[in-house]
Amino acid sequence: MEAFTIHTGRAVPLRRSDVDTDQIIPSDWLKRIERTGFGAGLFSQWRTDESFVLNNPAYAGASILLAGPDFGTGSSREHAVWALQDYGFRAVISARFADIFRGNALGNGLLPVQLPAETVESLQSAVEQDPTVEITVDLDAREVRGAGVAAAFELDDFTRWRLMEGLDDVGLTLRHEEMITGFEGARPGWLPTTV
Amino acid sequence: MGRTLAEKVWDAHVVRRAEGEPDLLYIDLHLVHEVTSPQAFEALRLAGRPVRRPDLTVATEDHNVPTTNTLAPIADPVSAAQVEALRKNCAEFGVKLFPMNDPGQGIVHVVGPQLGLSQPGMTIVCGDSHTSTHGAFGALAFGIGTSQVEHVLATQTLPQRRPRTMAVTVEGDLPVGVTAKDLILAIIARIGTGGGAGHIIEYRGAAIRGLSMEGRMTVCNMSIEAGARAGMIAPDDTTFEYLAGRERVATGPAWDEAVAYWRTLASDPDAEFDHEVVIDAASLTPYVTWGTNPGQAAPLGSLVPTPSDYANPAAQASAERALAYMGLTAGTPLTEVAVDTVFIGSCTNGRLSDLRAAADVLRGRQVAGDVRVLVVPGSMQVKAQAEAEGLDQVFEAAGAQWRSAGCSMCLGMNPDTLSPGERSASTSNRNFEGRQGQGGRTHLVSPQVAAATAITGRLTAPADL
Repeated sequence: MEAFTIHTGRAVPLRRSDVDTDQIIPSDWLKRIERTGFGAGLFSQWRTDESFVLNNPAYAGASILLAGPDFGTGSSREHAVWALQDYGFRAVISARFADIFRGNALGNGLLPVQLPAETVESLQSAVEQDPTVEITVDLDAREVRGAGVAAAFELDDFTRWRLMEGLDDVGLTLRHEEMITGFEGARPGWLPTTV
Repeated sequence: MGRTLAEKVWDAHVVRRAEGEPDLLYIDLHLVHEVTSPQAFEALRLAGRPVRRPDLTVATEDHNVPTTNTLAPIADPVSAAQVEALRKNCAEFGVKLFPMNDPGQGIVHVVGPQLGLSQPGMTIVCGDSHTSTHGAFGALAFGIGTSQVEHVLATQTLPQRRPRTMAVTVEGDLPVGVTAKDLILAIIARIGTGGGAGHIIEYRGAAIRGLSMEGRMTVCNMSIEAGARAGMIAPDDTTFEYLAGRERVATGPAWDEAVAYWRTLASDPDAEFDHEVVIDAASLTPYVTWGTNPGQAAPLGSLVPTPSDYANPAAQASAERALAYMGLTAGTPLTEVAVDTVFIGSCTNGRLSDLRAAADVLRGRQVAGDVRVLVVPGSMQVKAQAEAEGLDQVFEAAGAQWRSAGCSMCLGMNPDTLSPGERSASTSNRNFEGRQGQGGRTHLVSPQVAAATAITGRLTAPADL
């Protein structure tokens, strides 16, 4: 996983609530067995509409998505995170994220930043007025800065450390393998097996 | 202070707890399908890691599989490659697989319960958000992403922070003609698509106790549509009767030991929930969705809503956008909305009792004009049981298509899709834009309403036939 410490970039305003993962990456794209190449599928149904914000050349190269509330609802597909990253996004800012999407993003180093709805809206307005405005997402300080805004966001110390170090969970967990083995030895015998 | 059901199951699975870190939870059952697993197996291969507990892992082919002509090779080469990858991965890592045409094959959330693998007090995960289905047994069951699939394959554990708890208490009895599907649609309409975010919901109350296991699965299945991490129902005699005698369930003294434990899993009387919602069952009627998220639902007897009636500007904008996409006019009676296709199936409503309910409505009647009706059993076992009862003949005599098992038109990864502008009444779980096919328009309904709609060609409750 690529480490995340601080990122500065331009941002795209996506003024829609309840953006589900079927919109982020439609199911046609889920048939692929690779982890890469999903950027072309990002919002692919909406991108057929010329007026969709990602089709606006002013936002080309932006790396922060300013989304409406309840972003990433629905399907657990991690492909949604892979698509956002492959397209070039490093962080998504929203008033609320769906739980599974948030977990998937944190597992891949795409930073989900939760800020109050009015703060997200003022950032959206600022980049709508001037698409060249740069925004900084500072994980070290747990703060978003830019466009006249300086807003603190919450993220627990452990998750922050893991992201800043770029550590993957499997490696961290396997440090405790003896405890897993110990737990397994105490499981009741009536629990089912699949074979 | 007492503990909730969710807290009891959680506490019983903590392998490691450390200040400031997520709990490391042991996973009792890992369900796998072809769509969200290939990258996880590939990561294991690259790291040279085995599947830690193949005996707690089971796979099925469901999302991509065609529901007609299933003995022929899968026509779509990309779908075929994904199914082939699952077969290769399961063979290489020693994971039990139910492939297409196997009598055990079916939708992953139908297969687990029918085998008796989904039991009270267990932790169950799958790379699929509708894993919440298994909470109907009093299990803690939730959907995960592919990186977490890899983590569970490698370690049989998952680091997780404990969600908050929410009680949804449904008091009274459901009126005749009101189903588990109507109930969960009404709950989602009430609390919203994000209302359960960060929470595990426990469904309680007389109306929940009165549901069959299959009805409870329908309710828990759509917990994710309210944004919840999981949905749970305390196990009771209904649960134990369903489990007794199933293939993967203990027998003899081990069964008695299991039941004695399961009876301890109810929330304590003094347990506190972070949130509580109370629903009056008697006030409910059949529900349908009119918009493009499952919270945009209303009683079938009501009108397409008027966006300007919403006080919240975001809800207003969302409703306007939804009506434009759905091609609906505010103020139209929902019973005047005509459909092109009816889909009966999915992990929400593709079980035997769902098919029986639909068949009861269709028996001796005819599907309207050129309405296309797909009936897709949730598993090969459900298909066989339905055929043993003659339900297939009821469907075919009415003019519906009787198909083979799979996810099918719920998400249209196989050839069963809506065309642009086509409108469906669907017993599935998501009415998102393009969910059933690009440009397709979906109304979520119960199996009974789906069947009645097939007969009239417009959204209809059986009572109005």
